[in-house]
Formats: sequence, C-alpha cells, structure tokens
Amino acid sequence: MICNACGQNEATIHLTEIMNNQMVEVHLCESCAEQKGSDFKTHFDFNKLLASLSDIGVTGRDEAGEKLTCKTCSMSYEDFGRTGRLGCADCYRFFERVLTPLLKRVQRELRHVGKVPAKATGEMKWSVELRDLHERLKKCIAAETFEEAAQIRDRIHQLEERVKKSDKKQK
Amino acid sequence: MEPTKELNELLTSTCEWLRGTGPENDIVLSSRIRLARNLSGYAFSERLEEARQRQLLDEVEKAVVSLPMLKDSYFFDYKNLKDLDMQFLLERHLISREHAADQGERGLAVSRNEVISIMVLEEDHLRVQVLQSGLNLIEAWRLVDKVDSALDKRLSYSFHESLGYLTACPTNVGTGLRASCMVHLAGLMMTKQVNKILQALSKLNLTARGFFGEGTQASGNFFQFSNQMTLGQAEEEIVDGLDRVMRQVIEHEKEARSHLVEKRRAKLEDQIWRAVGALKSARLMSSAETLGLLSLMRLGVDVGFIKNLSKKNLNALFLYMQPAHLQKLSSVTLKTAERDYKRAELLRTRLKDVELV
Ligand SMILES: [Zn+2]
Ligand SMILES: [Zn+2]
Repeated sequence: MICNACGQNEATIHLTEIMNNQMVEVHLCESCAEQKGSDFKTHFDFNKLLASLSDIGVTGRDEAGEKLTCKTCSMSYEDFGRTGRLGCADCYRFFERVLTPLLKRVQRELRHVGKVPAKATGEMKWSVELRDLHERLKKCIAAETFEEAAQIRDRIHQLEERVKKSDKKQK
Repeated sequence: MEPTKELNELLTSTCEWLRGTGPENDIVLSSRIRLARNLSGYAFSERLEEARQRQLLDEVEKAVVSLPMLKDSYFFDYKNLKDLDMQFLLERHLISREHAADQGERGLAVSRNEVISIMVLEEDHLRVQVLQSGLNLIEAWRLVDKVDSALDKRLSYSFHESLGYLTACPTNVGTGLRASCMVHLAGLMMTKQVNKILQALSKLNLTARGFFGEGTQASGNFFQFSNQMTLGQAEEEIVDGLDRVMRQVIEHEKEARSHLVEKRRAKLEDQIWRAVGALKSARLMSSAETLGLLSLMRLGVDVGFIKNLSKKNLNALFLYMQPAHLQKLSSVTLKTAERDYKRAELLRTRLKDVELV
C-alpha cells in the first residue's frame, strides 16, 4: 500500500482518524507519519472559516478600509486568522466586525447565559439575570404557565427598579 | 529543585479516571468538565511577556494554595520539570498536549486524588478541570463550579456582559465550558456502527475525538465525546445535553455487545482469547498494539469471559504501558525498542493471574 500523504513510499503506519465526525482510514509512510504527529492540530481551521466569511462580505477591514488591529495588544487580523487565537480581552472589541458573524457560525447564540462572576458589577449581573428572566417569561407565556409567569414578572420589576436606582446614584 | 517526591507519589497512586468505579464504568471510563478562565488586566497567555507570565503564575499559585479544598494539592512549576515529567502528566490526562509542548512560564495544580486540576497559562490563563470516574457529569459540574467560585473570590476574571467569560479562542467564549466523556465502544466498532453514531453526534453539536494517541487518531476503540458550543446555553443545559446523549450511546453499545455475545460468540471468544494469549506471551509490544489488545481484553472482562482481573488492575495497564510511565516505573530512560521489550515484560507479569482456559 502506498502512503496517502506523499504518494510515493510504502505505507507502514495505518491510522484511524476522526475527521468531521467520520472515521477515516489513513495509511502513511514512516516519515509522513512523523511529520503529521508533530504539526497536527485538533482545532479547526480558522483561515478557512474567515475565508468563507469574506464570501458573505465580511473582511478584516473597518469602514475606512483600514486593516483591523487591536489597539491594546497590537494583534493583527492576519495573526488572528493564522492562529485562531485572540491576543487580549480587548480584541473582542476591536475585531467585533469579524467576530460577530464568526460567532454566529460556530456558536449557538450571541449571548451568554449561565454563570456570572461574583465580582461582576451589580448591574452586569442584573442585566444577565434580566435577560434570562425575559427569555423564561416568553417560554412560560407560550406554555401558558401563567402562575410562574407572574412570579417572573415580579422579579423583573424588582430588578428594573434596582437598575433605575443605581443609575441615579451614578449620576 | 525537581519535584521528584510529588511525581513519585502520583506514580504509585490510582488516578481518578482509572479507578474503574462510578456509574456505567464498563463503557464510560471517565467524565470531565473544564472551564476556561482568563484574568483581567493581563493579555492572553500567548501574548503575555515572560515577566508578566511569572506574575500571573505567582498570583494564581497564591490563590490556589489558599483554597481549603486544594489545601494539600501539588503545585508544579514547569521550569522544574523535565520533558519526561511533562509526558507523564500528559499520560495521566492531567494536562493537555498543548500545555506540555508550549514554551514560557507554566504551572499545574493537582489535588492529591487527581480529581481537580488547574492548568495555568495554557491557551487560557486557567483551565480548571474536574475528572470523575464513570458517567458522572453532573457531579463533575457541581465540583468544578465550586472550585471556580472559590477562585473567583480571589482572582479577577475577564468577563463581558453579553459574551460571558472571554477566552483566547472564540470557540470557547461564553461559559468556557467543555464537558466530555471517555468511552470504550468496542461493541459498536466490531459491529461497524460507530460511524452512524458519530454522524448523529454532529447533528447534536457534539464532537468526537480519539481518546488515546495523537490528535484525532482513534485507537483501541476509545473515544472522547464533548460539546462543541459554549455560548448561548447555560452550564447545566450543556452538561445535561451531553449526559442524555451519552445514555443513548451506552444503550447502543450494550445492544451491540449482547448481539456479539449471543449471535457471534465463537468469533468474539476467539478474538478476546487471542488477545489475552498475545498479551501474556509476547516479548515485544508496541503501545499501539497493546492498546488494541487491551481494548479486547477489557471487553472480555466486561462481558464476563475473563475472570481474575479487577477493573482497577486492568485500567492500570492502560496507564503503565505508556512511554513515560514505563520509564518512570523502571527508573531508566528507554529507547523505543527497549520500551517494547519492557512493556511486554510488564504485561506478562501483571497478567500472570489471568488463566488461559
Ligand atoms: Zn509518505
Ligand atoms: Zn488585543
């Protein structure tokens, strides 16, 4: 059997790989197997993903046609495409134009639900909880569980009052 | 100052994922949940200068040792570790391949029972993980949540109002949670149904990987299933979703096994006893071959063909036959060919009570 990678040497190593949730037999010669072992990454191909976004008009440039760069850590769009890793928390802000459509492709929703750090400011916590409550309220109304819906509404009012108060305090 | 004593303590203890207890442990080896966390005020690991990495490592170490639940834990500073030590931790599934291979300052905190581990300066500043034997995702989540909340009191996490916990890779953002189960699907492999299962998984936004071996390579019929998405679903929902799918996979695997036992018994017996014969008598054993044979042997124990071999001792072989463990156990550095000889010897010794009938 001939090596699948170089198509020249005799394949001596036979692997079963999972690619896109599919088992595939791979036959390699010794030197190709070694190479594969060292540069193999299990993460997905960001460059490909970003290229597919440019098909729908998303590019790594802002309105003025300038290349996107993070002003905090100086990460460039090319760096991000190559590694698939952002440089710092602020990159999320500077690359938002690209990240939003990208997240739409790889994630379920664009909004976090679930755990919030204890130290997140009161408002931040409330706004996450408020959003959760609104979602639950919608579900309750759809399912016609009105008693629960009423309870949720009360909690929403309570939180909204608190948010208003803290807004005033800040001013 | 090499932490030889601590590493030797680990070597002689049974790590959590091999204890062979826990629900459904004949099919599910272990359940794992990890949370990706970053500290605010620092660039992500890859773009952090070495001096700042050191600062972060110290800050995290201080926070970790002050946690009552991690009071007696080990803390390894990688600058004190040799390559072999790192390989050793990798084989125990305490650290990732990337963490072992990375450059720069890094560290690892591990609880004595190896249930809780925290990789410091992996792709994210923190990778907090909890391992449980068998199918036990709910308990793993309960525990990792507790560790995370305790750390949260001492550290300042990077968090965004709508995107949640910020991570170096956008595929982890939100909850930063990856739940996974390590499963042995020997029955589904033999009945050639694994691809069907894998395809069904992708429709449910779950991914499959090989469990042993490099990257995506699958060997010895072991797989790792995990959630793909981290944003837009609460932690409990993600965990619950995987748990439910796992229960179905287990059902399918059980059906496949009883089909093999009832309808193809002679063939199955033959395969299993040949594997036992090879393991008990070979003089040279590569790790890939060993994995395949041990997989058959495990199936033999699970369906009741093989007696006199406890799950714990069987599981230990999966660990001890790997290169770093083999070398640590024999206290010498071994080349590949020498390892194959040592491995065969280890298997023969440890399987001496298993009788060929
Ligand atoms: Zn080749
Ligand atoms: Zn940045």
